[in-house]
Amino acid sequence: MSVAPSALAEARTTLDAWVRELMHWHFSPETGCTFWLDWAAKAGWDPRQEVAGYNDLDKFGEFQDEWLRGGPVRRWVPKAYQDKPIYTFETGGSTGVPKSRINVNDFRIDYEQFSTTLPDDKFPKGADWLHIGPSGPRRLRLAIEHLAQHRGGICFMVDLDPRWVIKLIKMGEMEMMELYKRHVIDQALTLLKAHDGIKCLFTTPKLLEALCERISLKKAGITGVFCGGTEMTPQFHRFAVEELMEGAYFAPTYGNTLMGLGPHKPPTKDDNWAIIYYPPAPRAMIEVVNPDDPTKLVDYGKTGRVRLTTLTREFFMPRFLERDECEREAPCEQYPWDGVRNVRPFSRFQKSVVEGVY
Amino acid sequence: MLHLPILRWGKPYRSVNQVVTPHFRTREPFVSMSQANVGMIRRDLLRQADARARLQAIPFADLVAMAGRAAEHFLHDTLPLDPESGTMQTPEDYIEQVSATTGAPFSNVKRNMLKVHGVLSKVTEVLAGLTRGLDLTVLDEGYGMVNGQMLSFFARGDAMGVVLPSNSPGVHSLWAPATVLKMPLVLKPGSAEPWTPLRMIYAWIKAGAPAEVFAYYPTDHAGGNEILRSTGRGMVFGDVSSTRRWKAEGRVEVHGPGFSKVVIGPDLADQWEQHLDVIAESIASNGGRSCVNASGVWVTKHGDRIADALAARLARVIPRPADDSEAMLAPFADPDTARRISSMIDADMTGESGTARDASAAVRDPNRVASVHGGTYLLPTVIRCDAGHPLANREFLFPFASVVEVPAADLPGCLGPSLVVTCISNDPAFRARFVASPHVDRLNFGALSTTQIGWDQPHEGNLFEHLYARRAIQRLA
Repeated sequence: MSVAPSALAEARTTLDAWVRELMHWHFSPETGCTFWLDWAAKAGWDPRQEVAGYNDLDKFGEFQDEWLRGGPVRRWVPKAYQDKPIYTFETGGSTGVPKSRINVNDFRIDYEQFSTTLPDDKFPKGADWLHIGPSGPRRLRLAIEHLAQHRGGICFMVDLDPRWVIKLIKMGEMEMMELYKRHVIDQALTLLKAHDGIKCLFTTPKLLEALCERISLKKAGITGVFCGGTEMTPQFHRFAVEELMEGAYFAPTYGNTLMGLGPHKPPTKDDNWAIIYYPPAPRAMIEVVNPDDPTKLVDYGKTGRVRLTTLTREFFMPRFLERDECEREAPCEQYPWDGVRNVRPFSRFQKSVVEGVY
Repeated sequence: MLHLPILRWGKPYRSVNQVVTPHFRTREPFVSMSQANVGMIRRDLLRQADARARLQAIPFADLVAMAGRAAEHFLHDTLPLDPESGTMQTPEDYIEQVSATTGAPFSNVKRNMLKVHGVLSKVTEVLAGLTRGLDLTVLDEGYGMVNGQMLSFFARGDAMGVVLPSNSPGVHSLWAPATVLKMPLVLKPGSAEPWTPLRMIYAWIKAGAPAEVFAYYPTDHAGGNEILRSTGRGMVFGDVSSTRRWKAEGRVEVHGPGFSKVVIGPDLADQWEQHLDVIAESIASNGGRSCVNASGVWVTKHGDRIADALAARLARVIPRPADDSEAMLAPFADPDTARRISSMIDADMTGESGTARDASAAVRDPNRVASVHGGTYLLPTVIRCDAGHPLANREFLFPFASVVEVPAADLPGCLGPSLVVTCISNDPAFRARFVASPHVDRLNFGALSTTQIGWDQPHEGNLFEHLYARRAIQRLA
């Protein structure tokens, strides 16, 4: 379905206004963080004056991955939040020193916004949740717990350590990995048997498969599954909906510590099980760019590399090239801005990264 | 474009995820294969015991009769290829399709078709060879009196997973008897040769076997590993590095390079010319693509002359069009693979690890890589080298052999592991050393090609012993 030009224009106006507001926030000495204030001093230009809208963020060039690796983490804390309790969440641990992103309330805001996209009949208000997946230094644990609490439920937790899984794979200890996965699922089953109030589940694709090998979601009383954390193929999407869900709602998501959470567009027959996500604009934007010239967007339907821009008061990250590729998706009625289709690891990096382990 | 489905315990399934294999000559998309995701494989394999129960309920004698009918259906009938679209496959289609994705000449495909037919039609003989004549009706009850002795066997798993190669359809004869042995099959076809296992399955189904005892999963490397991990018994084909993980596991039978050899003993060393035909056939039959093809000729005298004569004989084996009945060489589906193999040989030739001479370069085009008839071929190559040279014990996917001269006293110890050894010698003491060798898997005495199959002999492991174990049993009289 085509999107009304007025809806596109309105979304753009909102985005540009938000960008201007954030430039003042992040580059004013009273509110901005040390990193960006120092950056602007060296750059010799004032984003408050020169950035009039989203497109002007190109002036920052590419955000460098290394800037987030290592300390001091406090250089990322906006002055306006320096007296608030600060979380630090990590990502990219499989490629060296993890990237750190500071958080005060962003994860709560992101997941409250995401909560509005979940159908209440499948993720009932007041129902309890079970999180089976990575916790530790990731924001996922707190975020899912907050989502459950925001919807009036309590979140039960089973942890999986993906860094250990990567080590097991690199050591060729595949049977040990299976045992570890079984250990995780055993704990989940114990919780499901003990707590009838659990109706909503967050887990990763592989753990979902492993859980469904052991139980029927329907018999366990699960009515909604929020799935994310690693790549999902269209075939997995179909398999999950047709064979694992048994009537439960399947909500695949694309999210990470740096962006937040991208809700999916409910599938239609024409999508052929493609998984289509939209960024939580205006708090983050995803674009699909030419890998050889990341300043240029690819055409709709064409493959390119994911470029992320995060725009919150807590964290500003313009033009960051993700380790993913996908097809560029046109705006839709529900989300009148660019989306992404079938996100997967960037093919040029595939040999060097162990991905999709949990 | 043709499409091949997944078979989920016999039920066709069209996946959203497809992998396209091109025609080797035109590089145009030729066939699209539905790809199974790992979760699907894991989930389906939870039902292995049901499949096994279906086969267990069928008397052994009926399965033997079905195998005979399946052999004929495989060789002669039009069988389904993609039931959803209604695509059928005639025997001629099959030959052309195998050739299109592997490059194998029609004549090679036909020969291998006959090999699969042979193992199915002679399955009683094959199984008698594997079990030393055991009456396998004992499998119907799991125990019984055989020659006055009570015997009992139990299956070591509920299904056999097989990760298949793409090099030659003949390898499928290795797992073909499993259905008669009441063992469900979970097959991952090779990306370039998905045709034969699918045709074999549909031949069995037409012969009356329950479709539910066959699973066929075109899938990626992770899917193949999952098949081997989740089935009680397995079989994997591949090179040393890709199969290393399974080598240590008795559950999985590993079929890698054969390093098969022809040896001429000191007593017949001067009569080497009489055996050139057998040696050449051992090297070049089936395009040199099988693990039973000889990749070494080990002699005690006349190494140089044998290498030169063999090179001249093999120089007659030239690339021909796929439909030429004389065609023996198969082009490489990926031309870069041919160039890479040739470069590896050249690099070893010029290395500092001993002396080597390309005997073939003097009697044919010195360029080993030939691009003709729309394909890229590697021309037969004979290398004369000493025993310590890196090329002395190598195997490649084309007619390649090294000729190595060693003292008689060093044989067979110097050969290393060898799938097939043809030992041309009449000296009982020399032969006895080969009989005693733990490194020789299959032994031919006399001028038999290494590629000649004896139906009553096990090959690369014993399928019956792989699938079944004997238990002690006694009952109150």
